[in-house]
Amino acid sequence: MISKELEVLNRAGIHARPASEIAKTASSFKCDIFFEKENMKVNAKSIMGVITLGATYKTKLLCICSGEDENEAMAALQALFERRFES
Amino acid sequence: MKEFTVLDLLDLDLKEHNHLQLTCIAGRSGLSRPIRNAKIARPGLALSGYFVGFSGDSIQLIGRAEQSFIDMLEEKNEYENIEKLFEYNIPCIIFIGDYRPSEHFVELAEKKATAILSTPLESSDFSRRLYSQLDEVFAPTMTIHGVLVEVYGIGVLITGDSGVGKSETALELIERGHRLISDDTVKLKSISDSFLVGSGENPMLAHHMEIRGLGIINLTNLFGVGAIREKKQVELSVFLEAWDSSKQYDRIGDALTDTFLGISVPKIVIPVRPGRNVPILIETAARNERLKKLGYYSSKEFDQNVLKWLESEAARRMYFSSDDIGEGESGFDQ
Repeated sequence: MISKELEVLNRAGIHARPASEIAKTASSFKCDIFFEKENMKVNAKSIMGVITLGATYKTKLLCICSGEDENEAMAALQALFERRFES
Repeated sequence: MKEFTVLDLLDLDLKEHNHLQLTCIAGRSGLSRPIRNAKIARPGLALSGYFVGFSGDSIQLIGRAEQSFIDMLEEKNEYENIEKLFEYNIPCIIFIGDYRPSEHFVELAEKKATAILSTPLESSDFSRRLYSQLDEVFAPTMTIHGVLVEVYGIGVLITGDSGVGKSETALELIERGHRLISDDTVKLKSISDSFLVGSGENPMLAHHMEIRGLGIINLTNLFGVGAIREKKQVELSVFLEAWDSSKQYDRIGDALTDTFLGISVPKIVIPVRPGRNVPILIETAARNERLKKLGYYSSKEFDQNVLKWLESEAARRMYFSSDDIGEGESGFDQ
């Protein structure tokens, strides 16, 4: 299991489109991926879950990946956050 | 966890028999003070000068008896105990009925930045309402990935891996007249360590659903207000998993349980494969759960009936010879 803090860098925060990008990216990996914010823990593979986090600009989310391809998943998610969810 | 402040207490969106009817009458600057425990203190003894064991970190509720005591103190110009009360950094003071504190009291509250609230309710009624709200606010909470639906009055929590068909199952249940509480993220609260209540994480997003191929849909608009619910006790946990032919599933139906926040809930595991009508299985499970609550256990009773039958069969054999049984089939009918 690995975890890393990821920061939301786009101004609008995580709304529907970024959430769908995150879910799409997360779903392409086998491992379990979760985001944690305060006392909330949601599955990164679900769009509604990710939106529920209510992550705004500069929010830091703890991303937790566990499973066989956890390193690849973390790298892909980090890249996605860094390019502000643009595909 | 975010702290629960006095302002949050005022902001609680409650209705009818839960409504606290609180208004802030002074000390607005104290609204940001956190409330850290679910206790309500009656500061009668403290006002009379006895501060041993005084819970200065709880909400202070001032009923009619304390109010007249305060009036008496003020008449005698004895403000010492009242001032000492404010020294404790109490979260807020709540006055019962239409009592309005004196100017001096209000000044003290403003100076110490302590909010003074008032409610027209009677203290017993108010305490009951406030306790039940505080219980909920301070209840242990967890969020899980799943769907919560109400089926025949039973709160059914559907969990399973992503893509196994939780949302589709819930959609079919709603179509059949049941209600959705939350899709995807369910917030569970353990109320007084005895039962679980589930709701959506965020009331704004709770009654939306993401269905692969359709996108995000609004259930309230599509199915009407009868298809949704805000919160519901979780009484059954259903785990959906991809059919695994090598695995042995429960064939008789005896109790598996799931534990959330230390509370155990009956659980069933439903293997999913094309052609299996999962919503009907869940409906049946919910009916069965209601029967159990009424004291009827289908599988246990069935087993008992089988045992009884086997026994009577054995007893009959003692009276009939094997030939009689072969001929007189009608004699067997009960």
